[in-house]
Amino acid sequence: MTEKYNMPDARGHFGAYGGIFVAETLMPAIQELNAAYQYYMHDADFVAELDKDMQHYVGRPSPLYHAERWSKELGGAQIYLKREDLNHTGSHKINNTVGQALLAKRMGKTRIIAETGAGQHGVATATVAARLGLECVIYMGAVDVARQSLNVYRMKLLGATVVAVESGSKTLKDALNEALRDWVTNIDNTFYIIGTVAGPHPYPAMVRDFQAILGREAKQQCLVQAGKLPNALVACVGGGSNAMGLFYPFIDDADVKLIGVEAAGDGVETGRHSAPLCAGRPGVLHGNRTYLMSDDDGEIIETHSISAGLDYPGVGPEHAWLKDSGRAQYVNITDNEALEGFYALTRMEGIIPALESSHAMAYTLKLAPTMKQDEILIVNLSGRGDKDMQTMARREGIEL
Amino acid sequence: MSQLAGLFAELAQKNRKALIPFVTAGDPNPDFTVPLMHAMVDAGADIIELGVPFSDPMADGPVIQRASERALAHHQSLRTTLAIATEFRKTNGHTPIVIMGYLNPVEIMGYEKFADAVQAAGVDGVLTVDLPPEEAEECTALLKARGVDPIFLLAPNSSAERVQKMDAIGSGYLYYVSLKGVTGAGHLDVADVEAKLAEIRANTKLPVAIGFGVKDAETAKTIANLGDGVVVGSALISQIEANLHSPAQAKQAIIELLTAMRQAMDN
Repeated sequence: MTEKYNMPDARGHFGAYGGIFVAETLMPAIQELNAAYQYYMHDADFVAELDKDMQHYVGRPSPLYHAERWSKELGGAQIYLKREDLNHTGSHKINNTVGQALLAKRMGKTRIIAETGAGQHGVATATVAARLGLECVIYMGAVDVARQSLNVYRMKLLGATVVAVESGSKTLKDALNEALRDWVTNIDNTFYIIGTVAGPHPYPAMVRDFQAILGREAKQQCLVQAGKLPNALVACVGGGSNAMGLFYPFIDDADVKLIGVEAAGDGVETGRHSAPLCAGRPGVLHGNRTYLMSDDDGEIIETHSISAGLDYPGVGPEHAWLKDSGRAQYVNITDNEALEGFYALTRMEGIIPALESSHAMAYTLKLAPTMKQDEILIVNLSGRGDKDMQTMARREGIEL
Repeated sequence: MSQLAGLFAELAQKNRKALIPFVTAGDPNPDFTVPLMHAMVDAGADIIELGVPFSDPMADGPVIQRASERALAHHQSLRTTLAIATEFRKTNGHTPIVIMGYLNPVEIMGYEKFADAVQAAGVDGVLTVDLPPEEAEECTALLKARGVDPIFLLAPNSSAERVQKMDAIGSGYLYYVSLKGVTGAGHLDVADVEAKLAEIRANTKLPVAIGFGVKDAETAKTIANLGDGVVVGSALISQIEANLHSPAQAKQAIIELLTAMRQAMDN
């Protein structure tokens, strides 16, 4: 690439993707948010406050850890893990919620809402709302409430109201629908913290910008530790915020391969999966044009993944653009393969990854051995597995 | 002049306001809708808004969402909704039909194919909830070229600049959503609507239909005095939901409500 990457355009388009596809009732709120975001991202005061919180509250920078034993075991690339699991609240989600909550405060909003799948974004939102003394309502699909009860309890402890959404497939997409309905109704005092790089502009760009700190750190840390840029980056992709945060600072480094790992559920060929980039088609949902899981009539198909955080029929529009332009490559990993990734990292390095991140680990099992020993692979360990203990124990037939 | 423009001109001459019922196509079953449309015309409906069921109706409240779910259970789709319009047109050539839905089914069909299909079905207007004017240029051009009016929404917080934008790109009528929130929501503040309407009128010559919060004959009459048309949706669909055991009773209840609204509006 000779020209510097500068997506999206002023209207929030990444090529044919992105944009603002919302009902008129939301338009004024979107415009107000966009104006605030454009202003504060260049406001020295705001940036200083954000930097301070990232360091002292989130615990940044997170380490870039050379997984030497695992690298040796696989016999190929040197594997480096970006340890977002060590952030406050246990995942990369906090990077974005701290940023958006500070923005909400500057905009004078007193009430925060959010959608959540695995509960990591919900917990990260409830956390910053507690810290700033803001009212907080979290929408979560009833199915996810059942499979992530630990995170539901954490959100309630933090003072949030958790609303179990009973409509549609009762998962992340339905939680997003319900949060949008809340926003439209309470638009004057409410800030909607979207947890991923999807939604109407400016969300995809704004969430990416808040998450890009992890990619900038990884780049710097890799140069210091290994003396060169990595050969490839691997991250799981649901909506795609941890992947976008990692990829973004490397987009102009054409020699660095960008690989996103989608959730194949029971296998892409079974139709029971959450892999729109690998097996979906372009369409419009939740405010943006992107790859979606939809049928021939344009109805959204129910998705499946062992990991609640990847169980979503869409994906951030920038990933759609990166796929079509060929800059990034998207692969998929089944539930069973993800479990292999989960056990591998746990037993080789003593780190228990979240089931979402386990998809990236599983692809590492395939990719690392095909690379040379002097090559570097950075894998985003986007979250820790504590929240998944119940799911894992149940699979093993153990009652906790 | 389009069918919708002609209708509003005619109504204005008679000093009569448009009564615009909204029902979801295929709710509670696919056979219910065409006879209901005819009965609604007999009860005084001037325009029929036909909802295209969608799996993720983000701007709708629980009543219309459940209507979508009931219709989707019978595999009602954009294509079969247009088939309902075609069927209705066989015996009614004059009552305008506006289809209202979300963008993804249109994207999957393809804009050009959609515009052709809409025209072939005898549909007069298209309202796509999640297609604001900023993204609508291509689709509206195709519709207008086929004599189909693109209808746009206005909200209580839409600025004068946005009203002008809708005026420029929309035709037929503008649909003023009189409440912040989703369809079927709460209480309507008449003074607020009146003030906003004056602001809207200053920026457009298009007729303005008002919806959201029209529950009974009394609110229909009040709203009719403020705008050029009254849209009633959730209140009708609630009758379907209350009579799921008997679609015939549901139809009767809808017709009674519409008849009462028509009378209240005309007196």
